[in-house]
Amino acid sequence: MSEIPINTETSSSVILELILRLKVKDVMSTNVITATKETSLRKIQQIMREERITGLPIVMGKRLVGLVSMDDIIKALDLGYIEEPAQNHMSQDLIVLDEEMPVSFAINYFSRYRYHRFPVLNKYKHLVGMVTNRDITTVLLVEINKEVERLEKLAKVHTHATEMSGEVHTYPILKNDFENAGSASTQIKKRLKEAKIPNAIIRRAAIASYELEMNMVVHSDGGTLKAEYTPTTLTLTAQDTGPGISDIEGALTPGWSTASEWIRSLGFGAGMGLPNVKNVVDTFFIESDVRGTTVSCTINLIPKEEDQA
Amino acid sequence: MTVKDLNQVEGLKAHHIADEDHAVTDIYCGDLLSDVMANAQEDSALLTIQAHKNTVAVASLLGLSVIILCNNRTPAPDMIEAAESEEISIFSSSANHYKTALAITPFL
Repeated sequence: MSEIPINTETSSSVILELILRLKVKDVMSTNVITATKETSLRKIQQIMREERITGLPIVMGKRLVGLVSMDDIIKALDLGYIEEPAQNHMSQDLIVLDEEMPVSFAINYFSRYRYHRFPVLNKYKHLVGMVTNRDITTVLLVEINKEVERLEKLAKVHTHATEMSGEVHTYPILKNDFENAGSASTQIKKRLKEAKIPNAIIRRAAIASYELEMNMVVHSDGGTLKAEYTPTTLTLTAQDTGPGISDIEGALTPGWSTASEWIRSLGFGAGMGLPNVKNVVDTFFIESDVRGTTVSCTINLIPKEEDQA
Repeated sequence: MTVKDLNQVEGLKAHHIADEDHAVTDIYCGDLLSDVMANAQEDSALLTIQAHKNTVAVASLLGLSVIILCNNRTPAPDMIEAAESEEISIFSSSANHYKTALAITPFL
Protein backbone atom coordinates (compact mmCIF):
# COMPACT_ATOMS: atom_id res chain seq x y z
CA MET A 1 0.00 0.00 0.00
CA SER A 2 1.38 3.39 -0.95
CA GLU A 3 1.94 6.06 1.67
CA ILE A 4 -0.22 9.11 2.20
CA PRO A 5 1.74 11.73 0.28
CA ILE A 6 1.55 14.47 2.90
CA ASN A 7 3.70 15.01 5.92
CA THR A 8 4.74 17.52 8.54
CA GLU A 9 7.81 18.71 6.61
CA THR A 10 6.80 19.66 3.09
CA SER A 11 3.00 20.19 3.25
CA SER A 12 1.31 23.58 3.06
CA SER A 13 0.44 25.27 6.32
CA VAL A 14 -3.27 24.59 5.77
CA ILE A 15 -2.66 20.85 5.51
CA LEU A 16 -0.19 20.95 8.36
CA GLU A 17 -2.74 22.65 10.58
CA LEU A 18 -5.32 20.03 9.57
CA ILE A 19 -3.23 16.96 10.33
CA LEU A 20 -2.16 18.44 13.65
CA ARG A 21 -5.70 19.50 14.59
CA LEU A 22 -7.41 16.23 13.67
CA LYS A 23 -6.98 13.47 16.21
CA VAL A 24 -6.70 9.77 15.54
CA LYS A 25 -10.13 9.34 17.14
CA ASP A 26 -11.60 11.65 14.47
CA VAL A 27 -10.54 9.34 11.64
CA MET A 28 -10.65 5.82 13.13
CA SER A 29 -13.48 3.38 12.56
CA THR A 30 -15.10 2.42 15.84
CA ASN A 31 -17.22 -0.59 14.93
CA VAL A 32 -14.29 -2.94 15.30
CA ILE A 33 -14.77 -6.65 14.74
CA THR A 34 -12.64 -8.67 17.14
CA ALA A 35 -11.88 -12.28 18.05
CA THR A 36 -10.56 -13.91 21.22
CA LYS A 37 -7.29 -15.81 21.50
CA GLU A 38 -9.22 -19.08 21.64
CA THR A 39 -10.79 -18.46 18.23
CA SER A 40 -9.38 -20.74 15.55
CA LEU A 41 -7.47 -19.25 12.64
CA ARG A 42 -9.97 -20.98 10.34
CA LYS A 43 -12.81 -19.09 11.99
CA ILE A 44 -10.83 -15.84 11.76
CA GLN A 45 -10.21 -16.40 8.06
CA GLN A 46 -13.96 -16.86 7.63
CA ILE A 47 -14.73 -13.61 9.47
CA MET A 48 -12.18 -11.75 7.35
CA ARG A 49 -13.79 -13.03 4.18
CA GLU A 50 -17.33 -12.21 5.30
CA GLU A 51 -16.47 -8.79 6.66
CA ARG A 52 -14.00 -7.98 3.86
CA ILE A 53 -11.25 -6.99 6.25
CA THR A 54 -7.57 -7.85 6.17
CA GLY A 55 -6.69 -7.95 9.86
CA LEU A 56 -8.48 -8.90 13.05
CA PRO A 57 -7.55 -7.67 16.53
CA ILE A 58 -7.54 -10.31 19.25
CA VAL A 59 -8.89 -9.12 22.63
CA MET A 60 -9.33 -10.22 26.21
CA GLY A 61 -12.27 -8.16 27.37
CA LYS A 62 -11.42 -4.66 26.21
CA ARG A 63 -7.69 -5.29 26.21
CA LEU A 64 -5.83 -5.83 22.96
CA VAL A 65 -3.58 -8.90 23.09
CA GLY A 66 -2.71 -9.53 19.46
CA LEU A 67 -3.54 -9.20 15.81
CA VAL A 68 -4.08 -11.73 13.06
CA SER A 69 -3.42 -10.41 9.57
CA MET A 70 -4.00 -11.85 6.14
CA ASP A 71 -0.29 -12.72 6.03
CA ASP A 72 -0.65 -14.78 9.23
CA ILE A 73 -3.58 -16.66 7.64
CA ILE A 74 -1.68 -17.40 4.43
CA LYS A 75 1.22 -18.71 6.48
CA ALA A 76 -1.14 -20.88 8.56
CA LEU A 77 -2.65 -22.38 5.39
CA ASP A 78 0.80 -22.94 3.98
CA LEU A 79 2.22 -24.59 7.08
CA GLY A 80 -0.98 -26.48 7.96
CA TYR A 81 -1.96 -25.03 11.33
CA ILE A 82 -5.11 -23.22 10.25
CA GLU A 83 -7.26 -25.14 12.76
CA GLU A 84 -5.19 -23.95 15.74
CA PRO A 85 -6.32 -21.12 18.07
CA ALA A 86 -5.17 -17.59 17.41
CA GLN A 87 -3.01 -17.32 20.53
CA ASN A 88 -0.37 -19.67 19.13
CA HIS A 89 0.35 -17.64 16.01
CA MET A 90 -1.02 -14.11 16.32
CA SER A 91 1.35 -11.15 16.12
CA GLN A 92 1.90 -9.92 19.65
CA ASP A 93 4.53 -7.31 19.06
CA LEU A 94 2.05 -4.61 18.05
CA ILE A 95 2.43 -1.03 17.00
CA VAL A 96 -0.58 0.88 18.32
CA LEU A 97 -1.85 4.46 18.20
CA ASP A 98 -3.32 6.49 21.03
CA GLU A 99 -6.73 8.00 20.19
CA GLU A 100 -5.58 11.46 21.31
CA MET A 101 -2.57 11.54 18.95
CA PRO A 102 -2.73 13.95 16.02
CA VAL A 103 -3.38 12.37 12.64
CA SER A 104 0.14 13.41 11.59
CA PHE A 105 1.42 10.59 13.86
CA ALA A 106 -0.78 8.05 12.13
CA ILE A 107 0.45 9.22 8.72
CA ASN A 108 4.07 8.87 9.88
CA TYR A 109 3.34 5.38 11.22
CA PHE A 110 1.94 4.28 7.89
CA SER A 111 5.06 5.34 6.02
CA ARG A 112 7.42 4.06 8.70
CA TYR A 113 5.95 0.62 9.46
CA ARG A 114 4.26 -0.47 6.24
CA TYR A 115 1.33 -2.02 8.07
CA HIS A 116 -2.14 -1.71 6.58
CA ARG A 117 -3.90 -0.91 9.80
CA PHE A 118 -3.19 0.16 13.36
CA PRO A 119 -5.24 -0.63 16.46
CA VAL A 120 -6.19 2.48 18.45
CA LEU A 121 -6.18 2.47 22.27
CA ASN A 122 -7.62 4.99 24.72
CA LYS A 123 -5.86 6.15 27.86
CA TYR A 124 -7.03 3.02 29.75
CA LYS A 125 -5.30 0.92 27.06
CA HIS A 126 -8.70 -0.34 25.85
CA LEU A 127 -9.14 -1.07 22.16
CA VAL A 128 -11.45 1.68 20.83
CA GLY A 129 -10.91 1.58 17.08
CA MET A 130 -8.86 0.71 14.03
CA VAL A 131 -7.25 3.06 11.55
CA THR A 132 -6.52 2.27 7.92
CA ASN A 133 -4.99 4.42 5.25
CA ARG A 134 -8.40 4.75 3.69
CA ASP A 135 -9.97 6.05 6.92
CA ILE A 136 -7.42 8.84 7.00
CA THR A 137 -7.68 9.84 3.35
CA THR A 138 -11.49 9.90 3.49
CA VAL A 139 -11.63 12.25 6.46
CA LEU A 140 -8.77 14.35 5.10
CA LEU A 141 -10.57 14.82 1.78
CA VAL A 142 -13.71 16.01 3.54
CA GLU A 143 -11.74 18.42 5.71
CA ILE A 144 -9.59 19.67 2.84
CA ASN A 145 -12.74 20.34 0.86
CA LYS A 146 -14.10 22.48 3.72
CA GLU A 147 -10.81 24.38 3.92
CA VAL A 148 -10.73 25.02 0.17
CA GLU A 149 -14.27 26.40 0.28
CA ARG A 150 -13.29 28.74 3.09
CA LEU A 151 -10.16 29.89 1.25
CA GLU A 152 -12.08 30.44 -1.98
CA LYS A 153 -14.48 32.72 -0.12
CA LEU A 154 -11.59 34.68 1.35
CA ALA A 155 -9.80 34.88 -2.00
CA LYS A 156 -12.90 36.42 -3.59
CA VAL A 157 -12.96 39.24 -1.07
CA HIS A 158 -9.21 39.66 -1.55
CA THR A 159 -9.55 40.14 -5.31
CA HIS A 160 -12.32 42.70 -4.95
CA ALA A 161 -10.46 44.60 -2.28
CA THR A 162 -7.37 44.54 -4.50
CA GLU A 163 -9.27 46.42 -7.22
CA MET A 164 -9.62 49.39 -4.87
CA SER A 165 -6.08 49.21 -3.60
CA GLY A 166 -4.21 52.49 -3.86
CA GLU A 167 -7.37 54.55 -4.32
CA VAL A 168 -7.53 57.71 -2.22
CA HIS A 169 -10.65 59.87 -2.11
CA THR A 170 -10.78 63.18 -0.27
CA TYR A 171 -14.13 64.76 0.53
CA PRO A 172 -14.36 68.39 1.69
CA ILE A 173 -16.61 68.89 4.72
CA LEU A 174 -17.99 72.36 5.45
CA LYS A 175 -18.95 73.81 8.81
CA ASN A 176 -22.71 73.55 9.54
CA ASP A 177 -23.35 72.03 6.12
CA PHE A 178 -26.23 69.82 7.19
CA GLU A 179 -27.44 69.95 3.59
CA ASN A 180 -24.71 67.64 2.34
CA ALA A 181 -23.85 65.83 5.53
CA GLY A 182 -23.63 62.11 4.84
CA SER A 183 -22.71 62.41 1.18
CA ALA A 184 -19.04 61.44 1.73
CA SER A 185 -20.16 58.40 3.70
CA THR A 186 -22.62 57.49 0.96
CA GLN A 187 -19.79 57.58 -1.62
CA ILE A 188 -17.56 55.42 0.57
CA LYS A 189 -20.36 52.94 1.11
CA LYS A 190 -21.07 52.75 -2.62
CA ARG A 191 -17.39 52.10 -3.38
CA LEU A 192 -17.26 49.26 -0.88
CA LYS A 193 -20.49 47.80 -2.25
CA GLU A 194 -19.10 47.82 -5.80
CA ALA A 195 -16.05 45.97 -4.51
CA LYS A 196 -18.41 43.38 -2.97
CA ILE A 197 -17.06 43.82 0.53
CA PRO A 198 -19.29 41.87 2.99
CA ASN A 199 -22.28 43.84 4.31
CA ALA A 200 -21.26 43.59 7.96
CA ILE A 201 -17.99 45.37 7.14
CA ILE A 202 -19.67 48.00 4.94
CA ARG A 203 -22.02 48.76 7.80
CA ARG A 204 -19.06 49.42 10.12
CA ALA A 205 -17.37 51.65 7.54
CA ALA A 206 -20.62 53.58 7.02
CA ILE A 207 -21.11 54.18 10.73
CA ALA A 208 -17.52 55.36 11.22
CA SER A 209 -17.44 57.66 8.20
CA TYR A 210 -20.85 59.16 8.95
CA GLU A 211 -19.99 59.98 12.55
CA LEU A 212 -16.64 61.50 11.52
CA GLU A 213 -18.37 63.56 8.85
CA MET A 214 -21.11 64.76 11.21
CA ASN A 215 -18.53 65.63 13.86
CA MET A 216 -16.83 68.00 11.47
CA VAL A 217 -20.14 69.50 10.30
CA VAL A 218 -21.34 70.06 13.85
CA HIS A 219 -18.19 70.94 15.78
CA SER A 220 -15.38 72.05 13.47
CA ASP A 221 -14.57 74.99 11.24
CA GLY A 222 -14.55 72.55 8.35
CA GLY A 223 -12.06 70.00 7.05
CA THR A 224 -11.68 66.89 4.94
CA LEU A 225 -12.57 63.24 5.18
CA LYS A 226 -10.06 61.04 3.40
CA ALA A 227 -10.68 57.41 2.45
CA GLU A 228 -7.62 55.33 1.55
CA TYR A 229 -7.87 51.76 0.35
CA THR A 230 -5.27 48.98 0.56
CA PRO A 231 -5.93 45.33 -0.41
CA THR A 232 -6.87 44.59 3.18
CA THR A 233 -7.91 47.85 4.84
CA LEU A 234 -9.84 51.08 4.58
CA THR A 235 -8.29 54.01 6.43
CA LEU A 236 -10.52 56.98 7.23
CA THR A 237 -8.85 60.21 8.21
CA ALA A 238 -10.93 63.18 9.37
CA GLN A 239 -8.85 66.32 9.56
CA ASP A 240 -10.27 69.72 10.46
CA THR A 241 -8.85 73.20 10.87
CA GLY A 242 -10.02 73.89 14.39
CA PRO A 243 -11.04 74.82 16.98
CA GLY A 244 -9.83 71.57 18.59
CA ILE A 245 -11.32 69.39 21.29
CA SER A 246 -10.60 70.75 24.78
CA ASP A 247 -11.29 67.45 26.53
CA ILE A 248 -10.45 64.43 24.37
CA GLU A 249 -11.19 61.94 27.13
CA GLY A 250 -14.62 63.53 27.54
CA ALA A 251 -15.25 63.37 23.81
CA LEU A 252 -14.57 59.64 23.89
CA THR A 253 -17.05 59.10 26.74
CA PRO A 254 -20.56 58.07 25.67
CA GLY A 255 -23.07 60.83 26.43
CA TRP A 256 -20.51 63.63 26.80
CA SER A 257 -21.42 66.46 24.44
CA THR A 258 -20.83 70.13 23.76
CA ALA A 259 -23.50 70.40 21.07
CA SER A 260 -26.01 73.28 21.07
CA GLU A 261 -29.73 72.87 21.63
CA TRP A 262 -30.34 73.43 17.95
CA ILE A 263 -27.95 70.62 16.95
CA ARG A 264 -29.57 68.36 19.52
CA SER A 265 -33.05 69.11 18.21
CA LEU A 266 -31.89 67.77 14.84
CA GLY A 267 -31.00 64.47 16.48
CA PHE A 268 -27.26 65.01 16.72
CA GLY A 269 -24.94 65.91 19.56
CA ALA A 270 -26.02 63.01 21.75
CA GLY A 271 -22.42 62.37 22.71
CA MET A 272 -22.30 59.08 20.80
CA GLY A 273 -20.21 60.09 17.80
CA LEU A 274 -16.63 59.20 18.70
CA PRO A 275 -17.66 56.30 20.95
CA ASN A 276 -19.63 54.89 17.99
CA VAL A 277 -16.60 55.25 15.73
CA LYS A 278 -14.31 53.56 18.26
CA ASN A 279 -16.74 50.68 18.58
CA VAL A 280 -16.78 49.77 14.91
CA VAL A 281 -13.16 50.29 13.79
CA ASP A 282 -10.10 48.08 14.17
CA THR A 283 -7.60 50.82 14.98
CA PHE A 284 -8.32 54.32 16.27
CA PHE A 285 -6.10 57.38 16.68
CA ILE A 286 -6.98 60.92 17.71
CA GLU A 287 -4.98 64.08 18.29
CA SER A 288 -6.23 67.59 18.81
CA ASP A 289 -5.11 71.10 19.60
CA VAL A 290 -6.40 74.58 18.75
CA ARG A 291 -5.13 74.24 15.17
CA GLY A 292 -7.39 71.29 14.57
CA THR A 293 -8.31 67.72 15.22
CA THR A 294 -7.23 64.61 13.35
CA VAL A 295 -9.00 61.30 13.77
CA SER A 296 -7.58 58.35 11.88
CA CYS A 297 -9.04 54.87 11.95
CA THR A 298 -8.73 51.63 10.04
CA ILE A 299 -11.25 48.98 9.15
CA ASN A 300 -10.11 45.53 8.03
CA LEU A 301 -11.82 44.61 4.77
CA ILE A 302 -11.03 40.92 5.01
CA PRO A 303 -13.73 39.24 7.05
CA LYS A 304 -12.93 37.54 10.31
CA GLU A 305 -14.77 34.29 10.97
CA GLU A 306 -17.65 36.03 12.73
CA ASP A 307 -18.17 38.54 9.89
CA GLN A 308 -18.70 35.75 7.38
CA ALA A 309 -21.82 34.35 8.93
CA MET B 1 -43.78 42.37 5.21
CA THR B 2 -42.71 44.82 2.52
CA VAL B 3 -43.03 48.58 2.19
CA LYS B 4 -46.26 48.32 0.20
CA ASP B 5 -47.96 46.48 3.09
CA LEU B 6 -47.63 49.68 5.14
CA ASN B 7 -50.53 51.07 3.10
CA GLN B 8 -52.81 48.72 5.01
CA VAL B 9 -51.71 50.06 8.39
CA GLU B 10 -54.23 52.49 9.79
CA GLY B 11 -53.01 56.02 10.42
CA LEU B 12 -50.08 55.83 7.99
CA LYS B 13 -49.75 58.11 4.99
CA ALA B 14 -47.26 57.59 2.14
CA HIS B 15 -45.18 60.60 1.09
CA HIS B 16 -42.69 58.81 -1.11
CA ILE B 17 -42.43 55.15 -2.05
CA ALA B 18 -39.04 54.19 -3.46
CA ASP B 19 -39.12 50.40 -3.55
CA GLU B 20 -42.45 48.95 -2.57
CA ASP B 21 -40.96 45.46 -2.41
CA HIS B 22 -38.18 46.37 0.03
CA ALA B 23 -38.51 43.99 2.98
CA VAL B 24 -39.41 45.39 6.40
CA THR B 25 -38.20 42.93 9.01
CA ASP B 26 -37.90 45.04 12.14
CA ILE B 27 -38.85 48.38 13.69
CA TYR B 28 -36.46 50.86 15.31
CA CYS B 29 -37.73 53.89 17.26
CA GLY B 30 -35.29 56.73 17.77
CA ASP B 31 -34.79 60.44 17.42
CA LEU B 32 -31.09 60.48 18.25
CA LEU B 33 -29.54 59.78 14.89
CA SER B 34 -26.24 58.60 16.39
CA ASP B 35 -28.14 56.04 18.40
CA VAL B 36 -30.06 54.98 15.31
CA MET B 37 -26.76 54.78 13.42
CA ALA B 38 -25.23 52.53 16.05
CA ASN B 39 -28.18 50.22 16.63
CA ALA B 40 -30.80 50.05 13.85
CA GLN B 41 -30.56 46.87 11.76
CA GLU B 42 -30.75 46.66 7.97
CA ASP B 43 -34.28 46.42 6.50
CA SER B 44 -35.83 48.06 9.57
CA ALA B 45 -38.57 50.69 9.57
CA LEU B 46 -37.28 53.78 11.39
CA LEU B 47 -39.89 55.52 13.54
CA THR B 48 -38.71 59.05 14.30
CA ILE B 49 -39.70 62.69 14.55
CA GLN B 50 -36.57 63.85 12.66
CA ALA B 51 -38.24 65.15 9.50
CA HIS B 52 -35.12 66.34 7.68
CA LYS B 53 -32.78 65.07 5.03
CA ASN B 54 -30.06 63.85 7.40
CA THR B 55 -32.45 61.14 8.51
CA VAL B 56 -32.50 59.98 4.89
CA ALA B 57 -28.69 59.83 4.87
CA VAL B 58 -28.73 57.66 7.98
CA ALA B 59 -31.42 55.40 6.52
CA SER B 60 -29.50 55.05 3.28
CA LEU B 61 -26.19 54.25 4.99
CA LEU B 62 -27.84 51.58 7.14
CA GLY B 63 -29.98 50.11 4.37
CA LEU B 64 -33.23 50.81 6.24
CA SER B 65 -36.40 50.15 4.28
CA VAL B 66 -38.57 53.10 5.28
CA ILE B 67 -38.72 56.19 7.48
CA ILE B 68 -42.00 56.75 9.30
CA LEU B 69 -42.39 60.24 10.73
CA CYS B 70 -44.45 60.11 13.92
CA ASN B 71 -46.73 62.63 15.69
CA ASN B 72 -47.97 64.16 12.44
CA ARG B 73 -44.61 65.52 11.38
CA THR B 74 -44.40 66.05 7.65
CA PRO B 75 -41.27 65.81 5.55
CA ALA B 76 -39.64 69.01 4.27
CA PRO B 77 -39.46 69.19 0.45
CA ASP B 78 -35.69 68.67 0.48
CA MET B 79 -36.18 65.55 2.58
CA ILE B 80 -38.44 64.12 -0.12
CA GLU B 81 -35.83 65.05 -2.75
CA ALA B 82 -33.12 63.28 -0.77
CA ALA B 83 -35.41 60.27 -0.35
CA GLU B 84 -35.93 60.15 -4.10
CA SER B 85 -32.23 60.19 -4.88
CA GLU B 86 -31.29 57.79 -2.08
CA GLU B 87 -34.28 55.52 -2.79
CA ILE B 88 -35.73 55.57 0.71
CA SER B 89 -39.49 55.44 1.30
CA ILE B 90 -41.16 57.94 3.63
CA PHE B 91 -44.47 57.63 5.46
CA SER B 92 -45.97 59.70 8.22
CA SER B 93 -48.16 58.68 11.13
CA SER B 94 -50.66 60.60 13.22
CA ALA B 95 -49.73 58.56 16.29
CA ASN B 96 -46.61 58.56 18.46
CA HIS B 97 -43.71 56.08 18.06
CA TYR B 98 -45.17 53.52 20.42
CA LYS B 99 -48.66 53.43 18.95
CA THR B 100 -47.32 53.45 15.42
CA ALA B 101 -45.04 50.50 16.18
CA LEU B 102 -47.99 48.66 17.76
CA ALA B 103 -50.08 49.20 14.63
CA ILE B 104 -47.32 47.89 12.32
CA THR B 105 -46.24 44.91 14.43
CA PRO B 106 -49.10 42.55 13.41
CA PHE B 107 -48.01 42.91 9.77
CA LEU B 108 -44.31 42.15 10.37
